[in-house]
Order: sequence, then C-alpha cells, then structure tokens
Amino acid sequence: MKAAQADFWSGLAFAGLGSYVIFQASRWEYAGNDGPGPGFFPLWYGIVMVALSLFLVVSSVRSSDASRIDWTGARRAFATWGALVAAVALMKWTGFAAAFAALTFFIACVMYRRRLWVGAVGGVLASAAFYAIFVLALGVKLP
Amino acid sequence: MDVVSGLLQGFSVALQPINLLWCFVGVLLGTVVGVMPGLGPPATIAMLLPLTFLMNPASAIIMLAGIYYGAKYGGSTTSILLNVPGESASVATCFDGYQMARNGRAGAALGIAAIASFIAGTVGVVGIMLIAPPLARVALAFSSPEYFALMALGLAMVVLLAGRSMVKALLAMLLGLWLAGIGTDLFSQTSRFTFGRMELLSGIDFVVVAIGVFAIGEVLANMEGRAATAALPVPKGWRNLLPTWQDLKDSRFAFVNGSVVGFFIGILPGAGSTIASFISYGLEKAVSRRPEQFGHGVVEGVAAPEGANNAETGGALIPMLTLGIPGSSTTAVLLAALVLWGFKPGPLFIPENPALFWGLVASMYIGNVMLLVLNMPLVPLFAQVLRTPVHILYPVILGIAIVGVYSTSGSLFDVWLLAGFGLLGYVMRKLDYASAPLILGLVLGGPLERALRQSLMMSDGHVSILVSRPVSAVMLSLALLILLIPVFGKVNRWRLQALEK
Repeated sequence: MKAAQADFWSGLAFAGLGSYVIFQASRWEYAGNDGPGPGFFPLWYGIVMVALSLFLVVSSVRSSDASRIDWTGARRAFATWGALVAAVALMKWTGFAAAFAALTFFIACVMYRRRLWVGAVGGVLASAAFYAIFVLALGVKLP
Repeated sequence: MDVVSGLLQGFSVALQPINLLWCFVGVLLGTVVGVMPGLGPPATIAMLLPLTFLMNPASAIIMLAGIYYGAKYGGSTTSILLNVPGESASVATCFDGYQMARNGRAGAALGIAAIASFIAGTVGVVGIMLIAPPLARVALAFSSPEYFALMALGLAMVVLLAGRSMVKALLAMLLGLWLAGIGTDLFSQTSRFTFGRMELLSGIDFVVVAIGVFAIGEVLANMEGRAATAALPVPKGWRNLLPTWQDLKDSRFAFVNGSVVGFFIGILPGAGSTIASFISYGLEKAVSRRPEQFGHGVVEGVAAPEGANNAETGGALIPMLTLGIPGSSTTAVLLAALVLWGFKPGPLFIPENPALFWGLVASMYIGNVMLLVLNMPLVPLFAQVLRTPVHILYPVILGIAIVGVYSTSGSLFDVWLLAGFGLLGYVMRKLDYASAPLILGLVLGGPLERALRQSLMMSDGHVSILVSRPVSAVMLSLALLILLIPVFGKVNRWRLQALEK
C-alpha cells in the first residue's frame, strides 16, 4: 500500500470520527449561565479534526509521494493480535491461567515454530509463574 | 525551605531501607528494560503502575523514576553490542559505539557510556534541585488562562517534533483529547461519548490506553519479524571494561556538552532524549578536532549522546513536577501515576509534598551511583538478557499487560479495551502517526478543557481573556507560530531535515 493511500483512508476515518464528535457535541449545551457547557470543547476540536482530516485526504490525493508502507510482517502481527483477542474471550470461561497458557502455546508453536512440547511446557510454566507472583505473592486478582 | 535542608530531608526519605530497596529494583528493572529492544520505559512504567497502588507513594515514585533513568543506562548496551538501540534515544550511540565494539573496544565503549551517563545524570539531578523550586514559585502566579496557554504551548511543541507530518501529529493529539473527554462531564454531570455503556461513565483509564498503545503495540510491531540479531561478545574482566586515561581525556568536553544540552532540551516539552542525544552528538562532531573519524568509533561519539540522553531525564521532570505539564510519553505516564496516587503535580506540589519531591531528588543521586556500580561490572550479565527467547518474552509482556489492566478495575471490559488500543498503537506505527501526541492529548485533555472553561467563566464568556493577559498571550502566540511552521516553507524544510537527521 502506498503511504499516500494510507493517509487517504486514515484521513477518512478521522473525518468520520470528527463528524461523530460534532454531531454528538451539537446535542449538548454549548453555553449556559455558568459559562461554556459540555458541548463547547468537543464541538471545537471536532471541527478542527474534520478540517485537518479533510486536508490530509486532499493532500494525499494530490501527493506524488511513491513511498510504500511495508506490510510484509503485518500478517504475523495481526495473527498475534487475533490470538490475544481469542485469549481474552476465553478468559471469561476458563479464567486467566488456561487462556494465557494457550496464548503462550500459540505464540511459541505457531508464530515461532517451536516444538509442541516447548510451547506446552512454556505455557504451563508461564501461567504457574504468573499465579505464584501475582496471586500468591502480591495478592492481585486475575481474570 | 532552602535547597540544603530540602536535600537533607530528601536523603532521610531516600535512605530508608525500603526506599533504597525500591530504588534498586527500579534502576535494575530500568537497565533490563533499556537492554531489551522493543520494550521502552513508558510501557514498563504503565504496566507496573497498577502494582504500585499497594506501595507508599514515595517508594512508588522512587521506583518508577528509577526505571525511567535506569533504562537510559541500559539502552547503550544493545546499541554498542548489537547496533540495535534499546530505545530511540540510544540511536546516536550506535554510530560510534558499535564501531568501537567491532574494533574490539566494546568494553571501553560500555564503560565510557556508563561514566557519561553517571556524570550527566548527576548534573540533571542538580538541575532539578536548583531550577524546580524557583520555577514552581513563578508558576504560583498562574491562573486558568495561563494554564490553558501553557498546555496549548506544550502540546504544540510535542506536535512540532512528533514526526514528519504535523497534520498527522495534530490528529493523533485530537484523538487523545477525544479519549480524555469520554465519560461524565464534571461541570454538568452530562455523560459524553459513552455509547450507552455503564463502564465508560467514569472515563477510560489512562493505564489502559498507555499499556495498549505502548506495550501491546510494541509487541505486535516486534512480532513482524522472526529473526534474531547476534550480539558482539562483551569482554570479560573488570579491567577490560574501564576506558583508558586517554579515552577520559578525549571525552571531557563530551561529558559537559551532553550534560548541559541534554538537561536544557529535557525541559522543553516534546523535544525528548532522542533529539537531545542527536544535538549533542552533532555539537560534539562540530567542535571536534577529528570530525572525519566520527562514525568510525571515537569515544566522544559515545560519551556525548549517552550523557545527553541521561541528563534529559532531570530536565524533563521539571515541567512535569512544577507545572503539571509532561513533555514526553514517559513523563505523561509518571504524571498520571502521581494523579492516581492522589497528588496534584503543579506549582503547589513541592510546598505541599516536600518529602516526596526531595525524596525523589535524593533517590536519583543514589540511583545514579547504583547504576554506575551495577553497569560497570554487570554489563556481561545484562547482555545475557538479550538471549531471553522471544517466544516466551512476548507472551509474558502480554500477560503482564493484561494483569496490570485487570488489577486496576477488576473488569474484563477494560481488557477488551486494552486489546483494542494495542491494535490502535500498532496501526498508528504502521501509518506513521506518532503516539506521543495521543498520550499527551489524553493526559492534558481534561485539564485543558477545565482551564479553558474556567477562563471563560472568569470573563463571562469573552475569549479575549486568553490574549489580554501578557503571559498567556505570549504563550498562545508561540503556540500559534509553532503550528504555522508548515506554512513557512524554509522553516518547515529545516524542521524536516532536522527530524530526518
């Protein structure tokens, strides 16, 4: 993906967010007897956000910059993020220890191609260490 | 209270065994964090922040500050041995440090880095001690308009130096302002941007955003590659880590240059240790009698950036403690920590909490000595940290992030937010959006809105109050000038060239 294309799409995303901020802020009091209301500040930064993001969109369209963003490793990063999300979802049912062991196993065996037993032992030991340090030693509650 | 009695009180706090222990833990953790590429001080401090709620605030701030300046010491190790900076502030150290290591002088490079860090770190602490109290007294005269103008100026400086595109930096800052606005408006009790979720009524916790953007974002960015880099060997034996007398003589100007440049650049919001180390390196090269040898392994090319990098810490703490304005991501996290413990950084912070302020200053003297003692003989040991298998290291960082966030609120909703902010942090990196403006916008968003609304209440809604008072008028004019820099082609080209270099 070209850097200019990325600027175009991220500019559009910011324009959307800015429009939402302006829409919400316009529903709140702008100024009252005691001074500026809750809508005052968001309205102004929402307007600035839309203006800047449109500037970014327009300048990205007119840009002659041919530099590209390197996404080659991004698949690994997104896969890791997906595993993190899955682990968080799992925590509700299995608790932290099992979900964290599964996350460690995934990163070791799938992302770094370690042997299955390395991932399994690493996951169990890491979970046990977390339980010992945070729950037993520091009295911290885990999910 | 004068400086001497303040410092004596500070040492009585810092020398308590429990505070010595936490100071040691902080500098040790900081060194390890500095050694590890990809895990910076803001991420570490943010992750450990929830755990400090169990500690007394003096011990907690001593430990967190120890991580901050300890990481600066540790950052040189990977720069010299791996040509991979542990953090961006150590990039300039790579130029000559790695070349020295390739020439078989890794020990001398590591030794001079530790000595320069010690000297400059100590100069930085002296600077805090002498400048912070008078600056706080001046700031006592500030009212809401001056505070609004000061925060606007601070944010403008951060935007100026955050990256190539000021528009993108401004958008990141506005995103931070929006995130800060989520929750209940304290003036009117109106809930804003809560999407009907009860969990958002009290706002988004700073810790969730900071850990997500820094820690998870960094892990995801590091996960892109699988290959590891081989480190050059560290010479064994104490004597091999000591620089020669000639090395020390060659570095004497670099020690002064690094200390002074680093400290004063640290005071400026947004400049940060990366810029400090590059300016100091450039200055050293400019005045050197052998500029052509820079980049080929000259010892002052290590001493100057390492010194600047460490002195910057002292300078950066001054606006954070005395004005409540952080100039970097790490000081923003430290500011949030003080607020979470119930303190209000600003002009009254030192008079109201002398034991905490002077205890922190005294602990930094002690911490710098600890770091020198730790770093000289234990560098080979710290270098072993680089051998930690990444397939274990990264899950552990993710686990600490989850536990850190969950322990603050006890809510899985916050852990979901953490994952979301992690993705945001990663995507921002890929799309070249700086994270510092986002974090500073988040930290300053609430106070900025409060100061603006209070100013307008003082003036019955007349915006002219912001420009009719001389101090705020000057600061707002400066902020405006900074934001208009892209319009001035020549100045903007100079800014871009400086950032490129």
